[in-house]
Amino acid sequence: MKHTISVLVENQFGAFNRVATMFSGKGFNIHSISIGETETPEVSRMTIVTEGEDKIMEQVVKQLNRLIDTIKVIDLTGQDRVERELALITVFYQKGTRAEIISVNDIFRGNVVDINNKTITLEITGPPSKIDAVVNVLEPYGIKEMARSGTVALKRGEQLKIDKNIVTQQ
Amino acid sequence: MRNPNQTLSGADIFFECLRQEKVEYIFGYPGGAVLKLYEKLYDVDFLKHILVRHEQGAAHMAEGYAKASGKIGVVLVTSGPGATNTVTGIADAYMDSVPIVVFTGQVATHLIGNDAFQEADIVGITRPITKHNFLVRDVKELAATIKKAFYIASTGRPGPVLVDLPKDVINSVCEFEYPEKVELRGYKPTFLGHQNQIKKAAEIIKKAKRPLLYVGGGVIMSNGERELKLFAKENNLPVTMTLQGLGAFPGNDPQSLGMLGMHGTYYANQAVNNCDVLVSLGARFDDRVTGKVDTFAINAYKIHVDIDPTCIDKNVVVDLPIVGDVKHVLAELAAELNEPLQLDEWWNQINKWKEICPLHYEKNDGKLRSEFIIEKISEKTKGEAVVVTDVGQHQMWTAQYYKFNNPRSHLTSGGLGTMGFGLPASIGAAFATKDRPVILISGDGGFQMNIQELATVVYYKLPVKIFVINNSFLGMVRQWQELFHDEKYSFTDLSASNPDFVKVAEAFGLKAFSTNSILNVDEILDEALAYNSGPVLVEFKVVKEDMVFPMVPAGKSISQMMTKRLDPKEMV
Ligand SMILES: Cc1ncc(C[n+]2csc(CCOP(=O)(O)OP(=O)(O)O)c2C)c(N)n1
Repeated sequence: MKHTISVLVENQFGAFNRVATMFSGKGFNIHSISIGETETPEVSRMTIVTEGEDKIMEQVVKQLNRLIDTIKVIDLTGQDRVERELALITVFYQKGTRAEIISVNDIFRGNVVDINNKTITLEITGPPSKIDAVVNVLEPYGIKEMARSGTVALKRGEQLKIDKNIVTQQ
Repeated sequence: MRNPNQTLSGADIFFECLRQEKVEYIFGYPGGAVLKLYEKLYDVDFLKHILVRHEQGAAHMAEGYAKASGKIGVVLVTSGPGATNTVTGIADAYMDSVPIVVFTGQVATHLIGNDAFQEADIVGITRPITKHNFLVRDVKELAATIKKAFYIASTGRPGPVLVDLPKDVINSVCEFEYPEKVELRGYKPTFLGHQNQIKKAAEIIKKAKRPLLYVGGGVIMSNGERELKLFAKENNLPVTMTLQGLGAFPGNDPQSLGMLGMHGTYYANQAVNNCDVLVSLGARFDDRVTGKVDTFAINAYKIHVDIDPTCIDKNVVVDLPIVGDVKHVLAELAAELNEPLQLDEWWNQINKWKEICPLHYEKNDGKLRSEFIIEKISEKTKGEAVVVTDVGQHQMWTAQYYKFNNPRSHLTSGGLGTMGFGLPASIGAAFATKDRPVILISGDGGFQMNIQELATVVYYKLPVKIFVINNSFLGMVRQWQELFHDEKYSFTDLSASNPDFVKVAEAFGLKAFSTNSILNVDEILDEALAYNSGPVLVEFKVVKEDMVFPMVPAGKSISQMMTKRLDPKEMV
């Protein structure tokens, strides 16, 4: 089963590498991984989509927690959440198909962001399943190139809070 | 003490921090990137720098020191090759949870990434084998980083931490203030076990008919040996230990079943198979312990106490996890259990197993065997020595035949199984141990992997007793070849290429003896053990083709244990 895991990490040199190294070292799958700033400048949020049996997913969460740079790890799977992904898709068109492609774009509420005499580039945003659907529809026209951002996700309503009370020891 | 807020160079700050951390020894080797630190070291008097002969040796020495003392081992090496040479030692410390801090020199920050002379991305290289690592990019971060490094290495589940020090950071200056507190919001290592879980565990143990304590290195790391002893004794519980757990409970106590697992005792493994409640204390269900996992303690209710949540349910799914410091949990468990358990039937059964199949080896053919030598060493030192081993057959025989009385006395590379660990680790242990003999038991193969450290042991006049068990083979590999690889002894026979160990030792300046006779063993051991003005080496030329038994073949269930050689297919 697919899991979406949200991780707050110290925005430090190497934190991303550490997570990536841990995944490859432990043999865990990564479907997508995205990282960016949060409302707090020293903290970044990683959203990791991974897949495996429950037992493995439990290990993934524990291993993420074990990393010194991770502040908070939440498995969003099964929780009420918003998930979005952005895709840029460049499709070939012929005389007759340009309008069709643009209507696909409109149906999925995308944007046409580039066009030349052979190809047209669409920007589609939505839950990953929507992106999959667009890709399916566009495939027969011939997809020249595609870039997907990977999922970003937040719990609905109350957001993950960063522990502002820095823990001090010794 | 210097005034706080005084302007200091990175190199001065480095030593001030080590002083504050009460570091007694640095195991190190100089080079270009750390010249400034060595310049300062020349005048430092509050700690001692131990010059090694290879940086791998430095890392293992730090491990030996840390394991024997419970303090943090410290390493200082140069960039590039100096740093990469420590990698095996760091990986070893990671696998066995040994608190060491490794300082590596690095090229100046503006050169990082340029393939500069003696540049290696040691932070990248060691990321998967350190508990944490740091590249210090600014001298202003140096003191806080060192503080964090020592804190992370020694708290929670201990482990190695590496701090990479670019040359310009060491040379630049800033105001110095050693932080009093560590600020790490992502790291909360101290756990007291969950109260309700502990109560529940106590209830389960109270009702057990066939309980067993399965004790790992975590008990020793948490200094929980007293609590363990009290708990086991008051409740009359049988105790089996992992390789790293040996010494946590006295080996000659009748309640000790010795080691479990691949080369564990028959009775320990039988007890595991038949127990109804298994209490794992600071152990991690390693595959060398469990054999085939789905048959391990199959009928037992499993309680797992460990400080590291990732250990729980990793290899074996347990019924009752308790995440916490094992010393505390043991004390609380003991407080909950106030009536001794009625375990006569269980003990009768265990004692029967002990009778049916005690540890045994051939004693009547007059040949010199490792088991005999180790048994003698155990008797003569009354189980009180600090015994360091290398990796292989001699390591397993030491675990079986040396009856450890004390924790922090059995120093061996378990998780990584690093040949070459022994000699340098014994040197580190000798710096930490003043009141007990330090003994190295090594094989002829592994001894040659860090043999250069003989120079170190001689230079510092450390009274380490080095026993090289020479079977002219890479014995443990030979054993597997005999049992599982059609007796094809591919590249394991060292008889044509081994050096004369006595001559080698003498060339380095050691006192050295050799014997191949069972008749000399007493006399030679007495002499070696009595010699304290420096190191001594004894080569024991033992039978070539001895085998470690009992043995559970890899991946087999521990009930499929071989207890003797004659017919490997005959399972007990
Ligand atoms: C660095 C390293 N290389 C290879 C091995 C594989 N290995 C495990 S035991 C062993 C043989 C050790 O031989 P020796 O040191 O003579 O000890 P013995 O088994 O004969 O007691 C080998 C090669 C290892 N554990 N470590």
